[in-house]
Amino acid sequence: MLSRLRKLGARGALAGALALSASTAALAQGTLRIGMTASDIPLTTGQTDNGGEGMRFMGYTVYDGLINWDLSSAELASDLVPGLATSWGVDATDKTKWTFKLRPGVKFHDGSDFTADAVVWNLDKLLKADAPQYDPRQSAQGKTRIPAVASYRAVDPLTVEITTKAPDATLPYQIAWIMMSSPAQWEKLGKSWDAFAKQPSGTGPWKLTLFAPRERAEMVPFKEYWDKDRVPKLDKLVLIPLPEANARTAALRSGQVDWIEAPAPDSVASLKSAGFTIVTNAYPHNWTWHLSRVEGSPWNDIRVRKAANLAIDREGLKELLGGLAIPAKGFMPPGHQWFGHPTFDIKYDPEAAKKLLAEAGYSAAKPLKLKVAISASGSGQMQPLPMNEFVQQNLADVGIQVDYEVVEWNTLINIWRAGAKADISRGVSAINYSYFIQDPFTGFIRHLQCNFAPPNGTNWGYYCDPAMDKLFDQVRNTFDKAEQTKVLEKVHEKYVDDALFIMITHDVNPRAMSPKVKGFVQAQNWFQDFSKITMATAGR
Amino acid sequence: MLLYILKRLVYVTPVAFGVSVVCFLLVHLAPGDPLSAVLPADATQATIDEMRSAYGFDKPLPVQYLIWLWHVLHGDLGTSIATGRPVLGEVSRAVVNSLILASVATVIGFTFGTLFGFVAGYHRNSLADRAASAVSVFGVSVPHYWLGMVLVIVFSANLGWLPPTGAGPDGSGNWRPDFEHLRYLILPAITMSVIPMGIIARTVRALVADILSQDFVEALRAKGMDERGVFRHVVRNAAPTALAIMGLQLGYLLGGSILVETVFAWPGTGFLLNAAIFQRDLPLLQGSILVLAMFFVLLNLLVDVMQTALDPRIERA
Repeated sequence: MLSRLRKLGARGALAGALALSASTAALAQGTLRIGMTASDIPLTTGQTDNGGEGMRFMGYTVYDGLINWDLSSAELASDLVPGLATSWGVDATDKTKWTFKLRPGVKFHDGSDFTADAVVWNLDKLLKADAPQYDPRQSAQGKTRIPAVASYRAVDPLTVEITTKAPDATLPYQIAWIMMSSPAQWEKLGKSWDAFAKQPSGTGPWKLTLFAPRERAEMVPFKEYWDKDRVPKLDKLVLIPLPEANARTAALRSGQVDWIEAPAPDSVASLKSAGFTIVTNAYPHNWTWHLSRVEGSPWNDIRVRKAANLAIDREGLKELLGGLAIPAKGFMPPGHQWFGHPTFDIKYDPEAAKKLLAEAGYSAAKPLKLKVAISASGSGQMQPLPMNEFVQQNLADVGIQVDYEVVEWNTLINIWRAGAKADISRGVSAINYSYFIQDPFTGFIRHLQCNFAPPNGTNWGYYCDPAMDKLFDQVRNTFDKAEQTKVLEKVHEKYVDDALFIMITHDVNPRAMSPKVKGFVQAQNWFQDFSKITMATAGR
Repeated sequence: MLLYILKRLVYVTPVAFGVSVVCFLLVHLAPGDPLSAVLPADATQATIDEMRSAYGFDKPLPVQYLIWLWHVLHGDLGTSIATGRPVLGEVSRAVVNSLILASVATVIGFTFGTLFGFVAGYHRNSLADRAASAVSVFGVSVPHYWLGMVLVIVFSANLGWLPPTGAGPDGSGNWRPDFEHLRYLILPAITMSVIPMGIIARTVRALVADILSQDFVEALRAKGMDERGVFRHVVRNAAPTALAIMGLQLGYLLGGSILVETVFAWPGTGFLLNAAIFQRDLPLLQGSILVLAMFFVLLNLLVDVMQTALDPRIERA
């Protein structure tokens, strides 16, 4: 039986942080030029690279998924909405069989029809190594995103059936990653992904018109986009890779771009005083210490885990970051739909921390000594060096002595993949790692499920608790969304009450823009919608 | 002369081979996994192994080197892991951009460096000498990227006269010698010119001072030659060394200052190397370094030949 999904109608007012309402100034459609943090234009063929930024600017702009994210509200936590599929549901008798009903009348930018065959063709491009359209580069990005998919077929021109390896209610979140490229355009361009990269064709609200590697990409609205509400208002969207934070700031100040991603925290105050708008919002990101739970790890004692969580002055840390942070109250940001009602209150209470450490057998004479791996920089890692120095001082105040192993970001990723027991982890008892926590799998399951211990997954600390695994199974087997949310709340409560991570802070996804940019709503998501934006003619 | 050039070309061959080995090994010995920046962080081991095999990283290092060398000798520098584009195309475009920037920076540096050097050399211990020396010390000492940022703050952010980043207004990647494109070149070229300016100024000052104190200058003046004639002799004697220094500086600049090109987002070899290093893009890194090293070797050869042409004593030595 198919459960019809209503499109969320939350086209709400903007958050206080977003003082970007359309002004009375005359609005031209205009051109919006964005300075990205990536050093290159993300892969343009469909499944993008460059992480969250790639999907934000080159995924959900030029392409659609069968399921999209609702990016219309700043206040509500972002959730899934119908995309190229109008509805989807699991078979009542066989929980591994999913049926997706496709949106009729959708066209690719090249004018060809979007059909069930195109969906199968796109899944083959990622999963079927012997398919002519198989693309190792897109596969590298997309295959990991749909671990549940076992097989798929076109039932009729507007129906696709996907079978999962086991019952898995998180499939819709996985499918939301997969972007649909045009088979007809690929055929027309000599079956070459390299040629397709220069003239891509998706079904998304934007069409790519210029692609200059490492320098620039330009997009124009796709006037025939299926969701008339999301046909872009701008004349043109321009993407410019500017990996150096100071170069981005200079480009914004001089009017070379109208919008920059991730301004350096120390430039925020001067940008504000120069009349630029700083836009922030909560989103599914956290900045944690991921703890080792191998035999002999001091973190196996819950009193130590709780003590460390109570020792950190998160408000002070926020001040250090110029206010660009949300102090952690859990693994998910406060107000998240899966936050639930944990009983352990994460706050700054050094006295309680000292008491817990004393109970655990540590004292001034016998301090707890730890080694932690941190990076000097990295995507999503915020300002790891000063932040970790701050945490180190906090912990020292309650009697925990921390030594850091500072490694390069790519090395930390390799440590994270290899696990706490690997030689490359150098015997550290924790790693400072920031997480993309957008869906049940990336948010919870991958970190702590028993059988995801390395090399099978990224349960770095080898945590294993049958009770948690049972909850994860429940998440996968609860197909009713409201019921699934209740289970996810329980998962999060266990994360917090058992103090399974040192939960420190959340980034606020800052971006700086010219006051000419109007109508942008910063969703609580890694991805954003550029369709509603207009440019004022007057102003900077 | 022709025999000399041929001899020099023969010397270049083992150097080129050595360069190929060193650049291949250097890149491989660097820590980190070449695929870690390309794959999603939570890619499965199976996906990693599949990609490793597709790029040939699962073969022994000597085999990898031989395969790479074989392709290089056939003009194929491989495919960038991060972009999937041919490395040769990526590097060629970047080299052209860096060549434009380096040439302009060298011309600025050489012009002003020579000017300051001559002024200081001719008027030793005067106020002009001290001022010229101060400028050249500043040129050698000032951090490139800091100067770049200062210029951007003043001329782009505050005055709004010049664009702070990029190579042109259209992002086509093809720099053209028109006014609009020239505006994009000014700040990075000035920033990059200060080091060669400082080095050439100091070198020329020392050369001029040395030449002016030699007996033949005294003799020329005693014979009644006017100062213009003496100056021509000074220039002729100083030129080979100054030229060699300039050639080396051009080589350094062609390597693209990673910092300056990153600050100005100038799409040259420095910018490309920076991206390749951060993305652990082995083929791109190897290709870029190899092409740059070869440029350096050939530039040295060119400087040697030009020096010999200007001063025949070198060939006889």
